[in-house]
Amino acid sequence: MSATVQASGLGAAVAASLIQLGAVVLGGPLLVGLMAKVRARAEGRTGAPIRQPLLDLRKLVGKEAVHAEHASAVLPLAPFVLVASAAVAVAITPLVTTAPVLRQGADLFVVVYLLLTGSVALALAGLDPGTAFGGMGASRAMTIGALAEPALLVAVLALSVQAGTSNLPAIVSATLAHPAWAASPGRLCALVALVVVVIAETGRIPVDNPSTHLELTMIHEAMVLEYAGPELGLVTLGEAMRLGLLFALVANLFFPWGIATTTSPAAVVIGLVALGAKTAAIAVAIALLEVSTAKLRLFRVPELLAGGFVLAVLAVVAGLVTR
Amino acid sequence: MSLLLIGLGLGLAGTAAGALLSPRRRVPAAAVLGSGACVVAFVAAGRALVSGQTSTFRSVELLPLTGVRLSLDPLAALFIVTTAVVGLAALCYGVGYTEGGPRSRTATAMLPAFLTSLLLVPAAASVATFMVAWELMALTSTLLLLVEHRHRAEARDAAQWYGAMTHVGAAAILLGLLLLASRAGGQTFAAIGLRAGAMSPTTRSLAFVLVLVGFASKAGAVPFHVWLPRAHPEAPSPVSALMSAAMVNLGIYGIVRVGDGLLGGGVLWWWLVVVGLGVASALFGALHAAASSDLKRLLAYSTVDNVGLVLIGVGAAGALEVTGHRALAALAMLAALFHLVNHAAFKGCLFLGAGAVQQASGSRDLDRLGGLVHRLPLTALLFGVGALSISALPPFNGFASEWLLLEGLLHGFAAHSAATTTALLAGVAALALTGGLTAAAFVKALGIGFLGQPRTPAAANAREVAPSMLAGMAMLAAPCLLLGIVPGSVVPMLRRAADTGLGDTFARPLRADLGLNLAGFEGAIEPVLLLAAFVGALVVAWASVRLFARRGARRAEAWGCGRELQTARMEYTATSFAEPLQRVFADVLRPDHDLEVTHVAESRYFRQAISYHSRVDDALERTCYRPVIRLVEAWGGFARRAQNGNLHRYLAFGLVALVALLVVLA
Repeated sequence: MSATVQASGLGAAVAASLIQLGAVVLGGPLLVGLMAKVRARAEGRTGAPIRQPLLDLRKLVGKEAVHAEHASAVLPLAPFVLVASAAVAVAITPLVTTAPVLRQGADLFVVVYLLLTGSVALALAGLDPGTAFGGMGASRAMTIGALAEPALLVAVLALSVQAGTSNLPAIVSATLAHPAWAASPGRLCALVALVVVVIAETGRIPVDNPSTHLELTMIHEAMVLEYAGPELGLVTLGEAMRLGLLFALVANLFFPWGIATTTSPAAVVIGLVALGAKTAAIAVAIALLEVSTAKLRLFRVPELLAGGFVLAVLAVVAGLVTR
Repeated sequence: MSLLLIGLGLGLAGTAAGALLSPRRRVPAAAVLGSGACVVAFVAAGRALVSGQTSTFRSVELLPLTGVRLSLDPLAALFIVTTAVVGLAALCYGVGYTEGGPRSRTATAMLPAFLTSLLLVPAAASVATFMVAWELMALTSTLLLLVEHRHRAEARDAAQWYGAMTHVGAAAILLGLLLLASRAGGQTFAAIGLRAGAMSPTTRSLAFVLVLVGFASKAGAVPFHVWLPRAHPEAPSPVSALMSAAMVNLGIYGIVRVGDGLLGGGVLWWWLVVVGLGVASALFGALHAAASSDLKRLLAYSTVDNVGLVLIGVGAAGALEVTGHRALAALAMLAALFHLVNHAAFKGCLFLGAGAVQQASGSRDLDRLGGLVHRLPLTALLFGVGALSISALPPFNGFASEWLLLEGLLHGFAAHSAATTTALLAGVAALALTGGLTAAAFVKALGIGFLGQPRTPAAANAREVAPSMLAGMAMLAAPCLLLGIVPGSVVPMLRRAADTGLGDTFARPLRADLGLNLAGFEGAIEPVLLLAAFVGALVVAWASVRLFARRGARRAEAWGCGRELQTARMEYTATSFAEPLQRVFADVLRPDHDLEVTHVAESRYFRQAISYHSRVDDALERTCYRPVIRLVEAWGGFARRAQNGNLHRYLAFGLVALVALLVVLA
């Protein structure tokens, strides 16, 4: 790509990335609300409106922030790092269009490590107040993270092996060009592995229960127990953005159709609608899965994640054999 | 080359000054001369690295019988530059480091000598020179390891293990190199490199296996790592930093120099073995690091882990070169060397930070630390930079090299060979598994050690360390950031070193760029832009919270489930933090649990005291090394029975030996 083409396309690419960011900032909380709604309906309750998480955010911003007395600067800083790392990951991932800003450096491994950055920031914040619950949450979250990370990385590698590159827009474009790939055995193994990882990383049942109220059974909630007010809002927003990003990533890596391949307004609108439909479908599926399964014991979770890791390795092998 | 000689001379002058001057003068004199040696060596090697020129030196007088031969090529220069930077930081740090009481004459004199030997080893260009430098390195580091032996019995034990392992390793290297030298008919590396192609495959393989054992034991690769988690924690912290960030590198250097350079690549299975060693080291080291609660032991095991990652890269490069994929080999080798340099920066910084913690709080047991961020803010910040770098978070340097390593392995799959592909797949899996474990280990080190409430009065009263120590840490934290943000700036130098290692491939695996941009494949990272986007997002998030928030922040007691007054005893400790991972990987770690319950005399239903001990020993040491040690001890016991001190018995031995000799001769 020559420099002039890059320069002229830069404005459009930045705009596309900002649209993606806006979609995830608004869409992430809506997906969380949708999942809560589906669960409620499946359990025979009416449930809160789908936009409830957004209303919660508005409420939290108006509240007072409370810092634990032994906490350092890490506690107030971590939510910002979480949100910013998620925002950068969203900006470079092809969600609405395959031509986001920083197309050249939009690497799948970068997204994986940006997500890890957010997790590390939250785990450090969990340890910062020096309480039992924070430490417990951080320890459990890092244990699950340490096991989910390899499955994620290898699943991602399986996709890269098939496309011959780890560049995200290139992988998505390659899948668009070779529709048969979507149904290849390697892809399917990678899909299952990635779904396991997404469930673990977003803290859903059967790995973690986001609506638990008992500190001893918490993982993610225990880690962020010390947050209040705007900072809690940022943590919730950051988590919702990560959920939106991961769902969208699964959708676009395995079923990219509908995504805009240019930055023309019409294509971007179609891309937005397609993204919303695909992620909503995934959210409903995972919510139904949540209703129908029980939470696993903490020490059974590694078995699930190890299964995901093995599937991911199988996906790489299958990708190499069928290449 | 003459500059390098001046540097080595300065180092030796530092040793002499440390040994001969009065106690008040010797510490500054040795530090200044040692720093001078580092600076001069840095300039000399840096010039070789930038120009790509090779210069040589020979002297017949310096070493009787064989003479001294030195050669400064880009590969050697890369290791010298790395050592020089770590050495300078360690010396600067050492000025304020007073842990373990005032410095003895031996300690003052040996540090510059150790540094000189580290600078000399990569420059050696003949078997004799190399072995002299190698032994100098082994002896001086053993002496430095013993500096604190009066305070800690563990130091003696560590020195014994280190001495034994390093000498077995040196013997293996000597045998391997002598075998090559005898077949080549000359002991210079040039002569060996010239005639290695004509040697029989058996000779070359035997020599490679011998030197691999020796170099892998110096690098601390599993299963030859047992000395490392003992020696690195027990040495004074500047020495720990030099050992972990400079000395283990030379093990890798040896493998590259002999395997790729002198033997010209060899056969595929050599490199599959190297990848195997790397995979085992990476996994074993990362698991033990995640389970350790001793800060320096954690760092030492993480060195084993990172050496494993470098070995995976080196092995992949060798395998790809042998199968004829030279461009891919160059990429993998470049990635391995980049990770080695990055590891030197962050591990040096972390070891110096651990020493600062130890000096400030009197302990390196994470279970006795906590809350240090309030007492040692700058140390915490610098240690944090190291911890985030080693966890491979963007935009720090660990991320850049791990990304490159991943890309190297990913594109290496293009080599359609079942054996290579399997090895690469194992390498990728190991890289993926260690990533999460390393993050967990360093969240523990940073979160338990520096955040939270202090767990002991000593930790609560810790004082920030001397400025010189902070400067030493900062000297290594700065490259962590620089190499992470503009990794492309060092790529040309790394490429020259990798090319020399592989014997000139002339392939350019990366395009000229501030970030890393693969040539021939689609794949790039642009850390500068990522960082700019990240900072922009931070500012926007901060501004919008400012804009919408209506009330300020307030300090209050942390939530304790309704219980008031939470003490440090209720905090999670490093042991409890690591417990879930330890339980998940119990089959590999084999933790020892010991639960003792004392009952009240009147009734067994009431308990008087419960004591619980848990420790994670090195399972490999227990299963592989203990039996050998027992065998040697049994042999020693048998030999002692023959030696009862009775003069008549010794005369009888003499007579028997004489008769036997006569019978044999007759």
